[in-house]
Amino acid sequence: MSDLLKMTATQAASSLLKKEISSVELTNAYIDAMETTSALNNYVTPTIEIAKKMAENSDKTFAAGSAGPLAGLPIGVKDLFCTKDTQTTACSGILKGFTPTYESTVTSQIWQSGGVMLGKLNCDEFAMGSSNETSIFGPAVNPWSAKDGAALSAGGSSGGSASSVAAGSALMSVGTDTGGSIRQPAAFCGVVGLKPTYGRCSRWGIIAFASSLDQAGPFTRTVGDSALIFSAMAGHDSKDSTSASVGVPNFSDAVNSSVEGMRIGIPGEYHMDGMDDEITRIWKQGRSWLEQAGATIVDISLPHTKYALPCYYIIAPAEASSNLARYDGVRYGNRVDAETLDEMYEATRAAGFGEEVQRRILIGTYALSAGYYDAYYLKAQQVRRLIKQDFDLAFNNVDAILTPTTPTAAFELGAKISDPITMYLNDIFTVPANLAGIPGISVPAGLSKQGLPLGLQLLAAPFREDRLFSVASAIETQAQFLLAPARSAGELL
Amino acid sequence: MAVDKHAVKKIARLARLQISDEKSELLSADLGNILNWIEQLEEVDATGIEPLASVNEHSLPWREDLVTDGEINDQVLKNAPETAGEFFVVPKVVE
Repeated sequence: MSDLLKMTATQAASSLLKKEISSVELTNAYIDAMETTSALNNYVTPTIEIAKKMAENSDKTFAAGSAGPLAGLPIGVKDLFCTKDTQTTACSGILKGFTPTYESTVTSQIWQSGGVMLGKLNCDEFAMGSSNETSIFGPAVNPWSAKDGAALSAGGSSGGSASSVAAGSALMSVGTDTGGSIRQPAAFCGVVGLKPTYGRCSRWGIIAFASSLDQAGPFTRTVGDSALIFSAMAGHDSKDSTSASVGVPNFSDAVNSSVEGMRIGIPGEYHMDGMDDEITRIWKQGRSWLEQAGATIVDISLPHTKYALPCYYIIAPAEASSNLARYDGVRYGNRVDAETLDEMYEATRAAGFGEEVQRRILIGTYALSAGYYDAYYLKAQQVRRLIKQDFDLAFNNVDAILTPTTPTAAFELGAKISDPITMYLNDIFTVPANLAGIPGISVPAGLSKQGLPLGLQLLAAPFREDRLFSVASAIETQAQFLLAPARSAGELL
Repeated sequence: MAVDKHAVKKIARLARLQISDEKSELLSADLGNILNWIEQLEEVDATGIEPLASVNEHSLPWREDLVTDGEINDQVLKNAPETAGEFFVVPKVVE
């Protein structure tokens, strides 16, 4: 049993192909691990029966020689992806009981490639949060603990996606990233998290938060696994008008390709006042690892970095207030009855949405309202262009950019939830990539003095995820990060 | 920017969110703090900069004007809180 959970997806795929193991065995090991790690609150809707059936079907494809690239691999799905006939809630009260009659493009591509669905994973309500604490199901818990033993946030919004992969209750998982919701939890839980280029993966069937920023991406234990599943997720989809008609290379070819001669930018503006010493240390360490691997380090400037967060907190809530207008108690979702139609809308939405979601709807409505539109929304869009131009200029000079993923390691549950701005500051290093539409990856790089994972982020020009895989695998090779959180499925220890 | 409790009520009305007087007081402080923090953007000189709504700036793709979907009334109605025959039911809107 233990060997099954220790395998990377790439190793498991190879053992499955050689028929050394079966998907039913592998899937059962993960189903057991879901049970032993249930205190981490990662799965909001486990789909055990579906998993068993998909595993049996995968084993048949191996016997028939028609197995897809993800055949037999157990995968968890953030509860923001619509899954046909399986409850999909966005971890919101307003959608409890919602059962889609269709499947999102990204998940259907994964099942087409042979992936096995383990269940739906916890996240912040409508993906709005950085700690998974806004979920109607309560927070996902980080499998890592500080030396003093306090329960830590798995990060957010895709907290369950990160925690399950770290804890060994999913071999891989998918999440979404609007301002850091893949990269930040990946860093907190010590796994690899990729936010692809805007337009690389179809958004069709993913519950919308901020449509110009949202992207789906994978969580994995290794960079090689990330390339494996990402190749199956990416590609043009006529059902998403913003999906890019760009070819999808085999990203696995980029993993462990040489970084010799590559130019890596270090943006001065990411040195923040009062930044944790440990973060500075791991950033320097990453820089010297890449130098040792033959890359050239270049100091660069991204002058509008400081304005990315306030810009994001206009644009994302504005788009959210518009996207969430559809939850009106008429066509789907829960309803609170009232005398008039307007009263029904107001009562339904007040009861169905949590505090942070309501706060963002109000900010967004305010920024878009007559008299404030120019001062807030248009100004934020202008600043957004300046931020994108900073990156465009930088990528004329460098192949990738190296930064920390987060300003701190994982924090305690309850530490930041009462102060919205303190919580927002967590995404300071991740938000710029969403505004600029560029791809980013977080790779585990080491441990803090408290024994918690620290992540490094790499950014590249649009559609150059291959460069991310190349540089991230160079860091992975040198970091030798060991996957052993305290609260994982026993077999991982 | 201070957002007084009347302004909060007005925005909540636009967003169709029912908000108690007590809650609008709390939100007035909350939203005021967030908007003050956002006002850092005033430091940026963006004169003449074209607003960026999406990084995907190419025009929307065209497709053949064909029916590609439909005849799925049961699926469309499946998750509705209240239906009657082939219709969604809402509170009476016309006297």
